[in-house]
Amino acid sequence: MAEVTLENVTKIYGEDVVAVDDFNLDITDGEFIVFVGPSGCGKSTALRMIAGLEDISRGKVFIGDNVVNDLPPRERDIAMVFQNYALYPHMNVRENMGFALKLRKMDKAEIARRVDEAAKILSIERFLDRKPKALSGGQRQRVALGRAIVREPKAFLMDEPLSNLDAKLRVEMRTSISKLHNRIGVTTIYVTHDQTEALTMADRIVVLKDGKVQQIDSPQVMYDHPNNIFVAGFIGSPSMNFIRARLDRENGGYVVKFGPTHLPLSREAAGEAKERRGQDLGEFAGKEVVLGIRPEHIEDASVEEAAAMTAAGGEESSMEVEPQVIESMGSEKYLYFDIGRDQAVHLDGAEDATDDSAADEADGGVSGTSGSVTGGEMMTARISAASQAKLGQKMKVVIDSSKIRIFDPETEQAIL
Amino acid sequence: MASATATGGSKSNLNVILFYVFLFLFVLVSLFPLLWVFKMSIVTKADLFQSPATTLVAPPISDNYGTIFSNPDFRRALVNSTIIAGVTTVICLFFGAICAYAIARLRFRFKSTVMTTILAISFFPAVAIIAPLFVLFSNVGLINTYWSVIITDVVFALPLTIWILVAFFKELPKDLEEAAKVDGATTVQAFRKVIVPLAAPGVFTTAILTFIFAWNEFLFANTFLFDATTQPVTVAIPNFATVYTVDYGAQSAAAVVVTIPLVILVLLFQRRIVSGLTAGAVKG
Repeated sequence: MAEVTLENVTKIYGEDVVAVDDFNLDITDGEFIVFVGPSGCGKSTALRMIAGLEDISRGKVFIGDNVVNDLPPRERDIAMVFQNYALYPHMNVRENMGFALKLRKMDKAEIARRVDEAAKILSIERFLDRKPKALSGGQRQRVALGRAIVREPKAFLMDEPLSNLDAKLRVEMRTSISKLHNRIGVTTIYVTHDQTEALTMADRIVVLKDGKVQQIDSPQVMYDHPNNIFVAGFIGSPSMNFIRARLDRENGGYVVKFGPTHLPLSREAAGEAKERRGQDLGEFAGKEVVLGIRPEHIEDASVEEAAAMTAAGGEESSMEVEPQVIESMGSEKYLYFDIGRDQAVHLDGAEDATDDSAADEADGGVSGTSGSVTGGEMMTARISAASQAKLGQKMKVVIDSSKIRIFDPETEQAIL
Repeated sequence: MASATATGGSKSNLNVILFYVFLFLFVLVSLFPLLWVFKMSIVTKADLFQSPATTLVAPPISDNYGTIFSNPDFRRALVNSTIIAGVTTVICLFFGAICAYAIARLRFRFKSTVMTTILAISFFPAVAIIAPLFVLFSNVGLINTYWSVIITDVVFALPLTIWILVAFFKELPKDLEEAAKVDGATTVQAFRKVIVPLAAPGVFTTAILTFIFAWNEFLFANTFLFDATTQPVTVAIPNFATVYTVDYGAQSAAAVVVTIPLVILVLLFQRRIVSGLTAGAVKG
C-alpha cells in the first residue's frame, strides 16, 4: 500500500497531440480515486502512465516515495484490472491468479494459500480449475479482481472494469468492488466514463476533459459545487439544466432572472461565491450568466413538497411549462419541457455528459431516453410521484432558488 | 453440418444426401492420385504395364517396399530429409516468430514496405538464382552439405512463416501482454509464457506448412547435393531409375513412404491446425 502522486504529468503523442496535460494529484494511502470523463479525455492514458504501459512525456509519477517514471511495469508493484479482463486463456483460474506470484518465485504453498483466500473473498472457489472460456462475464471479472488482490500490491489500477458487463451485473459488481476496497484498503485508481460509478464508488473524483483536469473533489462536493459548466453537466443524471439568465441587484441582494422567473439569492450565496470561487457577485450584476438547475430542484408547484421551495423563493421563483414527455419512475416522475429559444444554452460537452448511466440503473428502467430529450432546449425536472402533471397541459413548476448554480458564460467557470 | 440441416421434412433429407454425395466425390477426386500411386506400389511389374490398367489387384505384393527399404541409400535419404526439413522448420520458426512478433506489435514507419519486401524474396524464381548460389556455396565450401539446402530452404520458407505468424500474433489481444507485464513478467517472459502458448495453433500450422515445404523441396537438393550421404528422398526417388530401366513400382512405393510422415504429422496435430487456420474467424 502506498501513496501515489502525479506531478505535472503530461503525455504528448507524436509532435503535438496532448493526451494528458499537466496532471497534478496526490492520492493518499488507501484512497479510492476515480478518473472520469468522456471518451478521449485522457483518463486511460493517465492510468496507463501510472501502470508503466505508456511513457511519460513530462512530469513525474511517484508510487510511495519513489519516482517510477523509468521503471518497467513489473517493478512498480501495482496490479491492474483490464476492461476485457485480459485473463490468460490457456491457464485455469488458479494459474491465472497465481501467475504473478509464480513469476516472483514465491513458495508454492504460499501461492495456493493466497489464491484460495482471494477466491473465498470473491466467492469463486468453485471455478478454480476452470479455464476462463468456461466462465461468464461476471465470473471472469471476479477472477481478474482476484488476480489483482493475490498480489497484495501497492495500488490497484482499474481500467473501465465494468463496462463489458450487463447493467444489472454492473450495479452488483460496483458494490462488490466497493466492499472489497473497504476490506483490503489498497489505494485504488479506477477509470470509468460512467459518472454513476464515479459518484457511487469514489472517495474523490477526478473529472477530465480533453486531457485537462477539470475538478478534483469528493462526490458530494463535486455534485453540489461543480467548478464549471462541463463538470456540472457531466456529473449527475439526469443532467443539470442550463438556462441563459441575468444576474441583477435588487433590494440590496441579488436576483437571477429569466423570462418572468425571478430567483432570489440568499446573503450566504454571495458569501459563498466570494469564499469558494473568489468571485464578487457585484461584478456580474446586470450581466448575462448561465443558470444551472439540477432536475431535483424543480418541483410541481401544486404538490406538498413544493411549499417550502415557494416559501423560500417567493411566488416569482416559479415558471409555467408545458410537459412534452412525462416518465413515471414509480418513486418519482421525470418531466421534460421546452424553454424558450432565447433561454437555451448550447454546450459542446452537454451531449457527452448525458451518458448512458441512466440505463445503468438496473432498477430504474429509464433506458437512456433522458439523454436524447434533455439536449438543447429541453429541460428536465424530477418531480414528486404525486404530481398530476399531464402531457401538453400547462402547469406551474417551482425552482429551489437556494440550490441554483451560476456560471460565467464567457469562461464557463462557476461563479456560484 | 448435417445435423444443422437435418431438421424436418424430406427436403432436408435430400440436402443431407446431396451433402454426402458431394463430400464423397470431393474426397475421391482429392485422394485418387494418392490411391493410384499406392496401387502401383503393390502390383507386379507385369500388372503395372497392363493396358487398359487393372483396378483390382490380387494378391497385393510387398516386393517394391522390400526393394526400397533394402536399399541403404533410400534409408539414408529418409534420414537426410528429416534432418533438412526439421532444421529448416526450427530455424524458420525461431527467427520467424521473433520477427513476426516485432512486426505485429511495434509501431514503426514503412511497416507495410517491410512486409512487402519480405514477401518479394519468395517471388524470385528459384531457377534464376540457382546458378549464382551454386557458385557462392562452392566458394564457401557448403556444396554437398545439408547447410546448402537448409539455407536456401530457409530463405524461401521464411517469408511465408513470417506472414502467417504476423497474422496470428496480431490476433492476440495486446491486453494479455500488458497484463503479464504488470503481473511481473519481462518482455521475454511475456512472450514465452503468454504469447507463444496462445499462438501455439498458429505456430503449429506454420511449422507444418514449413516442414512440408522443406520436405518436398527438390530443385535445390538436386542441384547442391551430389551423393547419397546428404540427398533427401525427393532426390532419391528418381534415382530408382537407371540408364536402362525405370522401376516405377519402387518409385511408387517410395512416394507412398515419403508421404506417410506428413500424413502422420497432420493427423497428430489436426485439431491444432484446424483451430489455427480458423483463428480469428471464431473468437471465443
